Amino acid sequence: MLTPQLEVQLIAVIIAAACTLPGVFLVLRRMAMLSDAISHTVLLGIVLAYLISNSLASPLLFVGAVAMGVITVWLVEVVSGSRLVREDAAIGLVFPALFSLAVLLISRYAGNIHLDTDSVLLGELAFAPFDRITLWGIDLPRALFFGSGALILNAILLALFYKELKLATFDPALAATLGFSPAIIHYGLMTSVSLTAVTAFDAVGSILVIALMVAPPATAYLLTDRLPRMIGLSVAIGVAAALSGYWVARWLDVSIAGAMATMAGIGFGAAWLFAPQRGIVAQALQHRNRRERFAVQMLTLHLLNHEGASDAVIECHPRHLIEELRWQPAFADAIVRRAEQNGFIRRQGEVLCLTEQGRALARDL
Amino acid sequence: MIAERMIELFTDYTLRNVTIGSMLLGAISGLLGCFAVLRRQALLGDAMSHAALPGIALAFLLTGQRDTFTLLLGAAIAALAAALWLLAIVRTSRIKDDAALALILAVFFGFGLVLLSYVQRQPTAAQAGLKSFLFGQAAALVERDLWAMLAIGGPALALIAIFWPQVKLISFDPDFARSLGLPVRRFEVLLTSVIVVAIVIGLQTVGVVLMSAMLIAPAVAARQWTNRLETMVLLAAGFGALAAFSGAWISALGERLATGPVIVLAMSALTAISLLIAPERGLLWRRWRLMRQWQSGNGE
Repeated sequence: MLTPQLEVQLIAVIIAAACTLPGVFLVLRRMAMLSDAISHTVLLGIVLAYLISNSLASPLLFVGAVAMGVITVWLVEVVSGSRLVREDAAIGLVFPALFSLAVLLISRYAGNIHLDTDSVLLGELAFAPFDRITLWGIDLPRALFFGSGALILNAILLALFYKELKLATFDPALAATLGFSPAIIHYGLMTSVSLTAVTAFDAVGSILVIALMVAPPATAYLLTDRLPRMIGLSVAIGVAAALSGYWVARWLDVSIAGAMATMAGIGFGAAWLFAPQRGIVAQALQHRNRRERFAVQMLTLHLLNHEGASDAVIECHPRHLIEELRWQPAFADAIVRRAEQNGFIRRQGEVLCLTEQGRALARDL
Repeated sequence: MIAERMIELFTDYTLRNVTIGSMLLGAISGLLGCFAVLRRQALLGDAMSHAALPGIALAFLLTGQRDTFTLLLGAAIAALAAALWLLAIVRTSRIKDDAALALILAVFFGFGLVLLSYVQRQPTAAQAGLKSFLFGQAAALVERDLWAMLAIGGPALALIAIFWPQVKLISFDPDFARSLGLPVRRFEVLLTSVIVVAIVIGLQTVGVVLMSAMLIAPAVAARQWTNRLETMVLLAAGFGALAAFSGAWISALGERLATGPVIVLAMSALTAISLLIAPERGLLWRRWRLMRQWQSGNGE
């Protein structure tokens, strides 16, 4: 009923939305790097479960992978909780060890099966439509089915625990005194991250899971201050990155997952530069505006001091500003023009005079 | 048989390159990783090693060369660009370093995958081998690579030695260093570049994914045994080399045991042991001392 092309896009969109929901809270709670750790170590869970069950279709694989994600978080906490190692170093110790173990186990005991390490990192979204299952008489790609499951589950969890999550994220102390256990909220979120990573990495690879969990929320964080808007924007940005990445990849015939991650990065870069209030450009403009407004005030004050004095002809000459206020000639020109436009000063021949408005401004200072 | 293999590690030409190359990598990255860990930039290494991938692919696309030096130069430039963008993001926006790290890691790596998949479609047969940078391929190290490692690593170590007093001060107390009038910014760039050097050296052996462990684990292990930076740096180099040697040895003993992951596991084991039994700091050591105190308290 759906063409493989449409199915791939649908899978990408659903997985992008599923990843960004827990991703928002990872970014806000400063735990984004845990997505890196989890998306790598779930591989070990899959391998161990495979070695136990001897089947790639066993539901044990899914359970094992999700559990391993949560175990990773727990191990990081144990190591950093010993106070011998800081948290970032703890992450860097735990996940390479577990990932190495997984790589070795695969090459030694499971080398002939579908689990190859390349596809774990990179994913192959283009092949996702060929891996199908039939449920209730509907023939669907497996990734589409599981991705929708993860998205629906994340959405339900978010709706149910929105208030608790919000409070625990922005005011953990208050949340704890009100009786919301920080540990339950933390591990609940981590289970959701782990579950989403397991569902997604099969289709899109662990690196794109990180990109989709972190880049859209980080982009949205630059654009808004309100949590509901940030969640909505994140989902929209994630979906946009997935779709645009898909078409770029088709156009250039390159890796789909890689192109999606790249588009998510370009989106972030654009927000970083051009966000309305927080972008680099907006910040620079605000800075210049403040500086110029201050300079105009200085100018009116200077003119007020020398108004009507005998040396007014010298003191109130534009060239004098360059010496007295140590302004660059171009800057002095710009300030005089700005003050004139705002109606604070006017020219009388060569000399600058305050208007009523300008005098009022200077007296107020 | 086991002992024979150990001798072969140094007599057999191929094995010798693998062993010496891995040990060089272990020592250099262990030593330089200390500064990343002390300056709370442990995961910067992870982000930068992932970010090196597009540099490797671009270097190949632009020059058509496959020699180690060209590719590693590309890797270094990309990793440094990633580190600078990261610092800029953290300094100029409300994005915290964890999110900036994860974002840069995934985006640069994703872009690297795009370039790699593009390279693979090229008709030139020479493209094979770029993928080995993902997990490293210690078995493919040749003597030229060892010289390349020394040529890149030597100057980095020399720089650290020359500026030792400044580097030491900045690693522990950058604010105090700034108040003394040291150009802290410049030294921070220097230390970051030096970590890039370590990463670039490790890419061939352990690959981008596991490289962060080679930077972090020896430093963390060494930190448990000493409070002096001089000792810590030398210990970390020793631990790195030891783990690399045992890794090379174990992977030579068994079939289908890739060197990179085995080295990382050996290093992790060393770190775990250090965290448990190191005098004064180790978890078991502290528990043992508590028990001793409790017993002597009861005796009195």
